[in-house]
Amino acid sequence: MQDLGIRVLFLGNNFARLLQGLWITIRISLIAVALSIVFGVLLGILMTVKNPVIKAMTKIYLEFIRIMPQLVLLFLVFFGLTKSYGINLSGETSAIIVFTLWGTAEMGDLVRGALISIPKHQYESGAAIGLTKWQVYRYVIIPQILTRLVPLAINLTTRMIKTTSLVALIGVVEVLKVAQQIIEANRYTVPDSALWIYGTIFFLYFFACWPISLVAKRLEKKWKTT
Amino acid sequence: MAEQQVILEARNITKDYGGGRVLDGVSLQVHKGEVIVLIGPSGCGKSTFLRCMNGLEQIQSGQILLDGEVITEGKTDWTKVRQKIGMVFQSYELFPHMSVIDNLVLGPVKVQGRDKKEVTKEAEKLLERVGLLDKKDAFPRQLSGGQKQRVAIVRALILKPEILLFDEVTAALDPEMVREVLDVILELAADGYTMLIVTHEMQFAKAVADKIVFIDGGKVVESGIPEKFFTQPETDRARRFLNTFIYAKGGEKA
Amino acid sequence: MDIGFIVEYIPLYVEAAKLTLGIGLIGIALSLIVGLLIAFIQYFKIPILRQMATGYIELSRNTPLLVQLFFLYFGLPKVGIRISSEGCAIIGLCFLGGSYMAEAFRSGMESVEKGQEESAFALGFRKSQVVRYVILPQALSVSIPALCANMIFLIKETSVFSVVALADLMYVAKDLIGLYYKTDEALLMLVIAYLIILLPISIVAAILERRIRYAGFGN
Repeated sequence: MQDLGIRVLFLGNNFARLLQGLWITIRISLIAVALSIVFGVLLGILMTVKNPVIKAMTKIYLEFIRIMPQLVLLFLVFFGLTKSYGINLSGETSAIIVFTLWGTAEMGDLVRGALISIPKHQYESGAAIGLTKWQVYRYVIIPQILTRLVPLAINLTTRMIKTTSLVALIGVVEVLKVAQQIIEANRYTVPDSALWIYGTIFFLYFFACWPISLVAKRLEKKWKTT
Repeated sequence: MAEQQVILEARNITKDYGGGRVLDGVSLQVHKGEVIVLIGPSGCGKSTFLRCMNGLEQIQSGQILLDGEVITEGKTDWTKVRQKIGMVFQSYELFPHMSVIDNLVLGPVKVQGRDKKEVTKEAEKLLERVGLLDKKDAFPRQLSGGQKQRVAIVRALILKPEILLFDEVTAALDPEMVREVLDVILELAADGYTMLIVTHEMQFAKAVADKIVFIDGGKVVESGIPEKFFTQPETDRARRFLNTFIYAKGGEKA
Repeated sequence: MDIGFIVEYIPLYVEAAKLTLGIGLIGIALSLIVGLLIAFIQYFKIPILRQMATGYIELSRNTPLLVQLFFLYFGLPKVGIRISSEGCAIIGLCFLGGSYMAEAFRSGMESVEKGQEESAFALGFRKSQVVRYVILPQALSVSIPALCANMIFLIKETSVFSVVALADLMYVAKDLIGLYYKTDEALLMLVIAYLIILLPISIVAAILERRIRYAGFGN
């Protein structure tokens, strides 16, 4: 029956359901990335401030978020807040919060790196040709920062999509959960459906992330300055 | 230098690079004990020529012969050939993760299978000769450019090559270090080493060369003994080249 | 906070941490081997294998470990390939980590200047000797920060091992939450356990990185 197992994909609207499941994870990722970019830029700027208190706080935040497995963070928010403090968050909301916290840390570090990578004489030579401070940023500094940052931000999106697969483990009905439902429903008619369904999901993720990685790689190459 | 044996010979070699012809039918013979200096404007192909001679670059047509045997056709064991053709680079290219002595010993031991103790002794002798014995345990980054280049010369020498190629070995050096490197090469010349040298140092070329070969546009334009070449060049192009040099020297040389 | 509860269940976490670390380290060791192999394939430009390596890297880097594990653990048995939980975890981690390690090695090898290779050739070295004595030693020291980062990344990734029915840290924490509703305690121990595992590694990695960036050979 092996060769027939793949037909489970085309039974009813199974494939469409898988795609819808995938969309849930992608939607969570995109929202989290969008928020991460906004907060990440703020955090990055904040991290270049020379105040020791701010420096220590941002450092601790960054290190803690980056050292913890994302699944642990997810548990902290989902189980911790819900069960201990009675704040009832849906899995999806928890996921958006966690991945935004994580994305902000990653993005913040990238922004900080890009900011301090611009040599001081870029500001000075901008000023030397008579540009106002605003013009220096507008025409000299920000374009350089963006060309460094955009490929990395795009890369963060693929990492985010991959990481979002974890929401299955806090009960969000996404592509893996849909898969389990389909496999369960076809347990007797298509006994080897798990192979085909999980194989399909593997490639669904691949085709969601791969093009984004390629774009990031291409931009990185194109905008490489030195 | 009458009828010495030919060690290295290029016969009408051509080399294309990125759609352009870098070497266009260059022929040259290097006899045992002879020192030939290649000069010419930047991009004339003289460095490429040198790199072709030990197979770092592939030629499109023509032949290269080492000790009378064609090495550019059929199955040549380049590792064997390169042991006989030593090369020193502009950027030294010492191995940064090894001490000076390890840099020197690596080739003879790993490539030629020689005894490490014996090679170490020889390396120390050679280091002493170039005045760097006290640096034998130093790492390349702790040396000045001139010291690095002297070590690089020893590294090529210790394989006992039949001929040495020098590719603008002083071009990356601070002016005050040029001399110490050139002195070593002058000494080697006096000892009868066979050498093919690419350089921009005209005074040095004059002092060291048995024969000057002037290359321009991928071709040998003129060749002859230095006394004649530097005072009465035959071709217009050589004259123009030498003139720009004199101007640069009088005008803006730092 | 129920201290008694915490003390009572510490051994459970220790066991789970041992399991996580044990499987994690085997997976990491295998990733290093796979990564080095792939980097060699790419460096020597071995035909066919090279294209396969590129395909593998893209597949590995663009799919989540969780999905890889589902396929290994739930999918493959349907065609008669049954792999133990530990086996799945190790294979999955190695499949994921191999590509990351390969990239770290590759960028290290690429960072070695072309002239180094040429000067070694000029001394009469064979290509394999060039790699062994000249390229690799230099590449490794450049790669170390990336290799450390990958190691931390992979240990973090082990947190999904519970889906292949391994009693890892996440599994234990979830169990305690489900059984006793001691959410705070269970989560606190979970966080501390991961800190104990990951903090030393990340500190060592940071020190190594600083040393490599500011020193170089010969200090």
